[in-house]
Amino acid sequence: MIEISTLTKVFGSGQEAMTALDNVSVTIAENEFFTLLGPSGCGKTTLLRMIAGFELPDTGEIRLDGQPVTHLPPHHRPINTVFQNYALFPHMNVAQNVGFGLEMLGRDRKEIDATVARTLELVRLDHLAGRRIDQLSGGQQQRVALARALAPAPKVLLLDEPLSALDFKLRKEMQSELKRLQLETGITFVFVTHDQEEALTMSDRIAVMSAGKILQIGRPMDIYDRPAARFVADFIGDINFIEGTVTDGGTVATGSGDLAVTAPLPASGTTVTLAIRPEHVMPGAEGPNSLAGTLAERVYFGSGTVLEVDLGATRISCRTGDAPFAEGAPLSVTLPPERLQVLQD
Amino acid sequence: MADATETRKTPRAKAFDLRRQPGFAAAAWACIIFLYAPIVVLIVFSFNDNRSVVRWTEFSLRWYTEAFANEGIQKATWMSLKVAFVATALATTFATMAALATTRVARFRGQGIVFAIINQPLMIPEIVTAVATLSFFSLIKQATGWQGVGFLMLAHTVFCIPFAFLPIRARLQDMTITLEQAAADLYATPWAAFRRVTLPLMAPGILAGATLAFVVSLDDVIITLMIAGPGETTLPIYILGQIRRGITPEINAVSTLLLGLSLLLVSLTFLLGRKRSRA
Amino acid sequence: MADRITDTRTTRQPASDALAGARAARDSAAKRTRVFLLAPAILTIGIVGLMPLSIALVYSFLEPGTYGGVTWAFSTDAYVQFLFDRDIFDDSLTFSTSYLSIFWRSAFLAIITTIGALLIGFPTAYFIATKPPAQRNLWLFLVTLPFWTNLLIRTYAMLLIIRDEGFINITLQMIGLTSGPIEMLYTDGAVFLGLIYSFLPFMVLPLYASLEKLDFRLVEAAHDLYAGRVQVLRRVILPMARPGMIAGCILVFIPCLGAYITPELLGGGKKLMIGNMIALQFGGSRNWPFGSAAALILMAMVLIVLLIVNRSRADAEVSHG
Repeated sequence: MIEISTLTKVFGSGQEAMTALDNVSVTIAENEFFTLLGPSGCGKTTLLRMIAGFELPDTGEIRLDGQPVTHLPPHHRPINTVFQNYALFPHMNVAQNVGFGLEMLGRDRKEIDATVARTLELVRLDHLAGRRIDQLSGGQQQRVALARALAPAPKVLLLDEPLSALDFKLRKEMQSELKRLQLETGITFVFVTHDQEEALTMSDRIAVMSAGKILQIGRPMDIYDRPAARFVADFIGDINFIEGTVTDGGTVATGSGDLAVTAPLPASGTTVTLAIRPEHVMPGAEGPNSLAGTLAERVYFGSGTVLEVDLGATRISCRTGDAPFAEGAPLSVTLPPERLQVLQD
Repeated sequence: MADATETRKTPRAKAFDLRRQPGFAAAAWACIIFLYAPIVVLIVFSFNDNRSVVRWTEFSLRWYTEAFANEGIQKATWMSLKVAFVATALATTFATMAALATTRVARFRGQGIVFAIINQPLMIPEIVTAVATLSFFSLIKQATGWQGVGFLMLAHTVFCIPFAFLPIRARLQDMTITLEQAAADLYATPWAAFRRVTLPLMAPGILAGATLAFVVSLDDVIITLMIAGPGETTLPIYILGQIRRGITPEINAVSTLLLGLSLLLVSLTFLLGRKRSRA
Repeated sequence: MADRITDTRTTRQPASDALAGARAARDSAAKRTRVFLLAPAILTIGIVGLMPLSIALVYSFLEPGTYGGVTWAFSTDAYVQFLFDRDIFDDSLTFSTSYLSIFWRSAFLAIITTIGALLIGFPTAYFIATKPPAQRNLWLFLVTLPFWTNLLIRTYAMLLIIRDEGFINITLQMIGLTSGPIEMLYTDGAVFLGLIYSFLPFMVLPLYASLEKLDFRLVEAAHDLYAGRVQVLRRVILPMARPGMIAGCILVFIPCLGAYITPELLGGGKKLMIGNMIALQFGGSRNWPFGSAAALILMAMVLIVLLIVNRSRADAEVSHG
């Protein structure tokens, strides 16, 4: 559907040159909820603006349904955007905002009215059609922005951190709402966010970006459970890193003991980083890959407890339900071999 | 219990207001009185039924009646309005275009020079502009034989441009460019985006700029004094001539009217701006 | 939903060419739009605003015409005239301070006016900035309003107040404080008063703009660290208001230096300032080259002041950063 190949963009020049996109290629499928995830300044918004037509790449190409659109101005692209701060026209009411795109496409009045009514119904705002924009709450403005972008029935909907201005509860509500809209309309959504939780809950696939590069593309589970790079592992969720060296016996020697892993290992002698999520670390259990240590700190956080276990050479955190362990007491932890990810960067 | 009543009795009036600086309020009031007292005296004595501009006798509108009947004042008023209208129309149009160029078209090198040129009339003492323009115009008049009030209008346009430019550009800068991008995203051609989004949103700025340009043109003395030809006497120039000849309450009446017009226009812009910003 | 938009208006060019072409097209379109939009303002100001200054420069090196205007012959007399008197009979030059003293008086009046305006303007601006926002607007409006009213009329109003048969003198005599009029008009004091009256709003507005941004938590912090009111004012508020003070001083000083109406009406032609002297050359004295030279010298003075202020401002920024 959208094929992006080898996009590069450098802002500024000379000393101040900043590579916003570094040879980015990605293909987004039809009807997909695709998320660009990364910290601010990673290039995700630049990529989105390029798909929308607000930026031209230095090199590379964007194809939509096989047709190159790289150089088309925004108003010739069947792509609509939900802007970060909504960018609603303050001098028009809700219905006028939603109908703007159709009006610009030259649709006749009757069709515009009908589509506006239908779209407002879709976002559950049909009762506010005549309201001025400044009379709406943040959540309502968000819905108007969505309706405005959906009304012309674009092939692709781009969403630039649309939920970042909402408070926690509303954000949760809109997350499921967005998912519902995407399923109902069948439009391809390209969603930009820096919130990993948001990305994990909503997306069909996620592209994790850093410093202008895409580090990993995959389904939320793949990204979470099998991060391809240390950055990805670190950016998404909490994770423990243990440095080690591959031994002749197919294990990894760490400062706290040898660890077996199920994942394929590089050649013996290579330095690797092992990564494991805190909730996969088992406290107290004995068995293979069990390391002896001391409980350094317990942090209670409501739905569970985090145990910080001192293993001598390193510290490891372990998330568990109840924790009948005393601080300062000896505590071993087990790192299941199938849960240990091997990272090589 | 007794303690509680005790504390409640401690005077609250002496609470330390850390924003207050002693004497500053008095200075502010003095400043306002200083700014307005002479104007108030001028206005009050324009309604005085007496040739004296300072000894009050009785309320009367006779000086206004006389001013209205005065052919010189009529002609000067007409000239002032004519020049101000033309200068405002040109300056506002040019300033709007320039403001768009410096906020809505991709940034460019030399933007600083453009600002310097547009603000040039504000940076140079008016008397310098006045005599330089006089020299320039007299040269052109000699060379071409052209005459007419057009020269005066052109000179007014020049110093009106920066006054119109500032509020228009400020308004455009306050408007996020995302709105126009949203319009483009929704299939608006550049022209449609300008007409449907940019123009309606910048309208208050244009109105403010036009008002300021109009008031500035209406109030100008020095440049007009230097370059206005015979028969091109504007109201301020007429008033200046009258003051030089001797002080009469009729001057007070005309001055009050001119003052009133400026105050009215500026107040309207202020109220309009406040309403908009509240909305 | 409306029909899918099918028109993607693709071209069949190779992608990279199309990209370069598109960028070039966008750039040149932007350039054309920019030129079109800027041309009217720049041309008008360039031709009617800037060109005359070069004409004035040329005129300042010519000889005066008999009935105004110029005679096209090169001469540096206009500049020589500032410092020397040329004897009519033997053409000898004697040093003379008559014009220098006008420049000096103008600069002096401009400086004391600026200081006076600062002394009144600062407390006023501070007072307004510490008012609740609703009242702030009204105060600001009151201070701004005189700026938009006719300078000539305001000067005339001042004249009505301070002349011999003026409001002050008549009132004083009526209540029996004085027997005869106190002479106020046509003195340097009158010009000074008139200049402050004219340009005070220029001082208050930029001061207010910088004081409004002042974070009063800093004042709280200073008080918390045992600073008294005076120390807070001196160590916290004044340094932060510096940009506003500089802007305000420039905005008052420059128009004061070139003032025409105030000295004309309140100085009564006896107490000339540069502005009047220049105007006089183009009027009664009919010495356009000398007037042009004086105008250029005035402009140079203004530019030098602006340059110095800019330099010190840049320095301040460097030392802060």
